Amino acid sequence: MRHTAAMLEIRDLSLAVSIQGRPVEAVSSVSLQLRPGRVLGLVGESGCGKSLTAQAVLRLGEYQGVARTQGDILLDGESIFAMSDETLRRMRGGRVAMVFQEPMTALNPVFTIGSQLGEVIRLHLGLSRRAAMERAAGLLSGVGLQDAGSLLGQYPDALSGGMRQRVLIAMAMAADPDYIIADEPTTALDVSVQKRIIALLRGLQRDRNLGLMLVTHDFGLVAEMCDDVAVMYAGQIVEAGPVGEIFDRPAHPYTQALMACRPEISRPGEALPVIPGQVPAPGQWPQGCRFAPRCGRAGPDCRAAAIAEYAWRDGAHLARCLHVAEEA
Amino acid sequence: MSRETVLSVRNLDKVFRAGGLFRAAADTRAVADVSFDLHAGETLAIVGESGSGKSTTARLAMRLLDPSSGRVFWKGEDVTGLNARALRPKRSHIQMVFQDPFASLNPRMKIWHTVAEGLRVHRPELSRAARRDRVAETLRLCGLDESAMDRYPHQFSGGQRQRIGIARALIVEPQVLVLDEPVSALDVSVQAQILNLLKDIQQQRGLSYLFISHDLSVVRHVADRISVMFGGHVVEQGRAADVFSAPRHPYTEALLEARPIAHPAARMDSRPPKGADEGLARSGCSFRPRCVYARDACTGFDNRLRDDVVACLYPLPAEPSARD
Ligand SMILES: Nc1ncnc2c1ncn2[C@@H]1O[C@H](COP(=O)(O)OP(=O)(O)OP(=O)(O)O)[C@@H](O)[C@H]1O
Ligand SMILES: Nc1ncnc2c1ncn2[C@@H]1O[C@H](COP(=O)(O)OP(=O)(O)OP(=O)(O)O)[C@@H](O)[C@H]1O
Ligand SMILES: [Mg+2]
Ligand SMILES: [Mg+2]
Repeated sequence: MRHTAAMLEIRDLSLAVSIQGRPVEAVSSVSLQLRPGRVLGLVGESGCGKSLTAQAVLRLGEYQGVARTQGDILLDGESIFAMSDETLRRMRGGRVAMVFQEPMTALNPVFTIGSQLGEVIRLHLGLSRRAAMERAAGLLSGVGLQDAGSLLGQYPDALSGGMRQRVLIAMAMAADPDYIIADEPTTALDVSVQKRIIALLRGLQRDRNLGLMLVTHDFGLVAEMCDDVAVMYAGQIVEAGPVGEIFDRPAHPYTQALMACRPEISRPGEALPVIPGQVPAPGQWPQGCRFAPRCGRAGPDCRAAAIAEYAWRDGAHLARCLHVAEEA
Repeated sequence: MSRETVLSVRNLDKVFRAGGLFRAAADTRAVADVSFDLHAGETLAIVGESGSGKSTTARLAMRLLDPSSGRVFWKGEDVTGLNARALRPKRSHIQMVFQDPFASLNPRMKIWHTVAEGLRVHRPELSRAARRDRVAETLRLCGLDESAMDRYPHQFSGGQRQRIGIARALIVEPQVLVLDEPVSALDVSVQAQILNLLKDIQQQRGLSYLFISHDLSVVRHVADRISVMFGGHVVEQGRAADVFSAPRHPYTEALLEARPIAHPAARMDSRPPKGADEGLARSGCSFRPRCVYARDACTGFDNRLRDDVVACLYPLPAEPSARD
């Protein structure tokens, strides 16, 4: 069966990482759909598998010993695992662009900002050197970087953390992609620069029908940008739904706990609320509900066997929790 | 209050020369006339927008970068003129968590070696087994289990790498910790765990933190005092409670007013606040082009702190009630 609707679809994807030479499952049966003009948020604690999932979309994990063990990723119906190297190369940064979580993983310290940005533009848009530089300067001003002209001649080392992050955002926009996968794109940016970036991305979403997948731990950003939210825990999607539902009626105890930890809703001087314990590493997931060891509501049933997804609201809201299924 | 001053900097200046291709470009005065004292057991936060000179200030205070002028004191000792070799034994006093964890970890070194590096230098008497124990314990405190020890940096998530950087700094039990955006990559829960951990250690050991962050909801939680940087200058400093309740500098006021929204219903066609990041003036008050209160006299302002509190000719009133 072949889907042809315009969409970036992750279908039942499982990934294994290599730990001490052995494959260990790190992402389990993840399904996500990103449509043009929509913003999908992916949230969850550190180490849940968000970046592994995001990077799989460009098949980037393969260079770090990450292997697909199940499932598929379809770009407008075409499997990215069936693409030739040449098609894949043109897709990366072309139709689908990525903003990396850590800018220095994506910037080469020995080339200037101008040559790195210019290369992306020339490769995908085929512009002349001069036109590419003009476009590059425009992109840098767009993300709020002053003095774009002289920035083009700088090496990444001479930029502050937030400046590098903005260069990466500019680079992702360079070739007018259909989809952007942005992994924690604003962690180094203060609120007012963040607002500028938000406005810029919204403009692209509206005018160019950009589809955006936003990996973030910042609920302010989720509130500003996302149409839909997926919550990840220990390699699985444990809840997904429209953004308003997730804020107003989070169903999974994990989502509820995450929402309760936001520092803006606690008082200075007091200890900040936490979810006790930590995310189990790949290979150390409990059987049954993976969140059970940290969940106040977990009973024997939760620990007995893997928990299936339960969907309601015509399938728009779903959660992986026995209690949610019972109470519905 | 006569607490010991564990770190102080005086009139620090750092000018980066424009190099290479673009000779015509202007030099960058990344840090301009910055002074502060950090006392035993307290947290001084440095806040300010991207590019305002926070990380450069941190690196100057750590003596990882030579100042163009000004002086750096560790525990009262002037360390400005010391070379790397002379500084090395003193570094157990002051450690740093870097803003970019990926760039600050050696990709070819197993995590346990990276974290144990400081121990080898500052605690040479410890056996290998004792070092491994200490590494395991410190990693656990930072929310990482033992299996992390024998893996390489690329095998971790971004937030895990950030916590490895914190473990590496904590393990030598410094008196001063310079933390450059230490929790920016962490989700709310793990962030809270780390902030609570830092607070506990501070209470147990009287540690001092120079805490750099652009996230005011975090700063509000950790800071005793705040220095606000803008365009390389400290434009306001004071007790955290005072700065939050009654900012004196128009920039601080703008910073505090720019809040993230808490619910999708608050979404508007949010354009950046007028003049939010529109650059700075090269002469006179550097905040002038964006300041809603700017007057003619501001073109002649020298950007210096007045009474060690605020660098503004027309500061906002100190009493919040005297507003509007
Ligand atoms: N190349 C790799 N080899 C081995 N393990 C890996 C590799 N990449 C990631 N992992 C592990 O897989 C888990 C998920 O990692 P991932 O980077 O996807 O987390 P994340 O959700 O993005 O977290 P963060 O919010 O901290 O960035 C982590 O426990 C991490 O240590
Ligand atoms: N090695 C360098 N060479 C040239 N210029 C530099 C260098 N390091 C920093 N700068 C410049 O100094 C200014 C201040 O940078 P710094 O890294 O201190 O900012 P920051 O306040 O930490 O910003 P952010 O919040 O984005 O991390 C920036 O304009 C930056 O481009
Ligand atoms: Mg990640
Ligand atoms: Mg910085």
